[in-house]
Amino acid sequence: MPLALRPTFKAAIPRRLRPARSADGTEAAASRALRVRRRSTLLTVVPTVLLASLILAPAAMASFFTPESGGSPNANQIDSLYKIILYIAAFVFVCVEGALVYAVWRFRAKRNPVAAQIHGNTRLEITWTVAACLILVILTVVTFIKLPSIINAPNSGPGGAVLSASLNESVPPNGKKLTICIQGRQYIWRYVYGSGCLTNYFQKQLPYSYTTMVVPVHTTVVLKIQSSDVIHSWWVPALGGKVDAVPGYTTYTWFKPLHTGIFRGQCAQLCGVGHDAMVAFVKVVTPGQYQAWLTQQAQLIQAQNAQVIQLRQILTSQGQLGN
Amino acid sequence: MATTVERELTPVPQVIAHKVVRARTSKRWVDWVLTTDHKKIGIMYLVLTFVFFALGGTEALMMRLQLSEPNNTLLSSQIYNELLTMHGTTMIFLFVVPCMAGFGNYFLPLMIGARDMAFPRLNALSFWLLLFGGIVFYISIFYRPPYAGWWSYPPLSEALYSPSGGQDAWIFLIHITGISSLVGAINFYATIVNMRAPGMGWSRIPLFVWTLLVYSILLIIALPVVAAAVTMLLADRHFGTHFFDPTAHGSPVLWQHLFWFFGHPEVYIIVLPGFGIASEVIPVFSRKPVFGYKAIAASTAVIAFLATLVWAHHMFASPIPIVVLGFFMLSSFLIGVPTGVKIFNWIATMWSGSIRLTTAMWFAIGFIAIFTVGGITGIFLAVFPVDWQLNDTYFVVAHFHYTIIGGAVFTIFAGVYYWFPKMTGRMLNEKVGKLSFWVMFIGFNMTFFVQHALGLSGMPRRIYTYAPGLGWSTYNMISTIGSFILGAGVVITVINVARSLKVGALAGPDPWKGNTLEWFTTSPPPVNNFDEIPRVRSAEPMRDIRRQIERQTGVIQKTGGSEQFSRTGG
Repeated sequence: MPLALRPTFKAAIPRRLRPARSADGTEAAASRALRVRRRSTLLTVVPTVLLASLILAPAAMASFFTPESGGSPNANQIDSLYKIILYIAAFVFVCVEGALVYAVWRFRAKRNPVAAQIHGNTRLEITWTVAACLILVILTVVTFIKLPSIINAPNSGPGGAVLSASLNESVPPNGKKLTICIQGRQYIWRYVYGSGCLTNYFQKQLPYSYTTMVVPVHTTVVLKIQSSDVIHSWWVPALGGKVDAVPGYTTYTWFKPLHTGIFRGQCAQLCGVGHDAMVAFVKVVTPGQYQAWLTQQAQLIQAQNAQVIQLRQILTSQGQLGN
Repeated sequence: MATTVERELTPVPQVIAHKVVRARTSKRWVDWVLTTDHKKIGIMYLVLTFVFFALGGTEALMMRLQLSEPNNTLLSSQIYNELLTMHGTTMIFLFVVPCMAGFGNYFLPLMIGARDMAFPRLNALSFWLLLFGGIVFYISIFYRPPYAGWWSYPPLSEALYSPSGGQDAWIFLIHITGISSLVGAINFYATIVNMRAPGMGWSRIPLFVWTLLVYSILLIIALPVVAAAVTMLLADRHFGTHFFDPTAHGSPVLWQHLFWFFGHPEVYIIVLPGFGIASEVIPVFSRKPVFGYKAIAASTAVIAFLATLVWAHHMFASPIPIVVLGFFMLSSFLIGVPTGVKIFNWIATMWSGSIRLTTAMWFAIGFIAIFTVGGITGIFLAVFPVDWQLNDTYFVVAHFHYTIIGGAVFTIFAGVYYWFPKMTGRMLNEKVGKLSFWVMFIGFNMTFFVQHALGLSGMPRRIYTYAPGLGWSTYNMISTIGSFILGAGVVITVINVARSLKVGALAGPDPWKGNTLEWFTTSPPPVNNFDEIPRVRSAEPMRDIRRQIERQTGVIQKTGGSEQFSRTGG
């Protein structure tokens, strides 16, 4: 058994003093050949399994490899752009890692005792530089083809509610949209519904809500995002990419809910100790339900305003509150 | 073949280096404090930065423990935010950058055949500033560490939201370690430009030295910007200015531009010397000249140039016009090309080589394998519409750990295993080293691969806990287990180093059959490095020296004591 022999041999003579080839009996050579064969079967099986799992993976584990989507066209477009990059990336990954693993296995000292003395190959260098550039050119073209569908708001669907039409950053072609102003603050999101929501929404008596945003389905919703304290980041993954809420700036994005349901998101920019708790929900309802909710919300706000005014009058008359 | 003990062989252009023996007038530790010897300073750098590595690693493991299960109450939100700030700051400013400076300090003069750095006292100053910077920062754990993240975005880092002195400790850390790095960079630059061995033209400089040169230039470009930015932040916090205060017409986005104008070159400052270590280790253990020396050197310079043009890809979700985003997407794509060229060149160096799978080589191979993934995910993030989904999520956390742990930590470990014999005269245990490599490699991938999936399923970074039922719990548990395996791998190497210092096999001057001049002198080198500096005729002077000896003596040159493979290769 050469395998049993080897350790004794090792123990007898320090490794660095051992002549390199003296173990080469015929028996040892045969066993080495056997080992190589066993290893090479392993080396064919492992890549096959890996390759198979790579091919099957996109179907089986879509959520493992791709971002969330499905709630809004821009999220879907980002998802499909991501997938194009993913396929190219997977190809590059397999080629580079494959070449690396093959080189380490094929050119290890035991198998390839003499190294070829090559200093380089200009043609090869130029080839792979150009190839890398070409891949990036393809990615650039694909990105700019996809970009308009991600950043430009589309028209609301035929069943969508139409509430206002005003000039704004990202207006759908027919100008019909729902505007919602989002204000991030430590550690809650506030939503004000309706155009002109950036200024004097209180005097205009626009409805507002916290944490949960209610929107009608199939309607293009344009978001105007601000912050009142530190930087926050608005992000509901299934409804599109994130947009920072930076104090002193107004940023814009949009979504167009494709179906009813509740979508979850949360603040993506570290904003302090309550950062993890700054969650956001978008509740997508039918236009009818939305109108009903708006009316109810307006009534609630009015009732509470009335109470506050009453309280203020009482307190002022008692002298507990200044003007 | 190996019929004689290699240690008896001495190169024919004989190493004549004397140990300088002086009567000891002071205590041993005083020698270390007062030293201006680049080798002692280099060792102090490496030891100190590994202490900070241990601290930063502990902070990371505490965070991973907290995240291992949903609604965990192990740490409070406040402490978690402090930990993430300390971890990022420590790893970037106190571990990776100065660790590369440590290797640079020790090996730069040796590799170019110099007797010390250009400005030895400045070199000592660099080290002591680093130590004091670290102390100023870590003292804050006794009152209130900073908690605004290592980017310290205002307004969160302004006095209103971060009133504690911890934020100021962070500012002073940037200032002090910044001066340390700046002084060090000027020193490296002056040394490389002025003190090379006779015959060592620009196309014969070892590739590690090339990367150190570019590292220095990038530091000199980037550090003044962040120094200005943190000074403005300091003025905002204490002297009533409003540079970044939106309530007084200041701009938080201005900080982001200034910080990332430094922050992105910093990423390349971190990985370029790592690339350099890989470019040394891979040809030596492939027994082949590096493939495309000029392409690797040129791509280093191109990366440095582009590194100053890509900063806003950290800010794709900030208020910036689309045209500008497009520019930064294209520049970020472009920087992928020279990086890819390097990876192709390393693989081509191994191709048709005769690969000795030593621990150092395994770490270099592991680096290529891991860094490739980081490079590929970088392309996803460069596409700004896709980045709108991925930015500030665990996908980004996974991406930059693949680049930084792959590009810097694995190459640092390759450097430790490759150069430890030179620094101490003793070999590290190869078996334990390989164990350490595989444990780290598996632990690393387990920790960070699933984090891509976490980010894709919507988990933002820097949250201290999360609710169950979001599909994040399993991934987080896998990641936490992986992080402890990774930690165990690091501990194995630390034990290996501690043991080998006493019981490691003697190394001799050239245990690996190296290519560069540091292997021409004894291990460890004497104070003056070389009595006589050989004339350099190629990018691999040691190879020429070995060949010359073979011609003159007819004895095939072996290595200094630990070569364990057949030696028919050139």
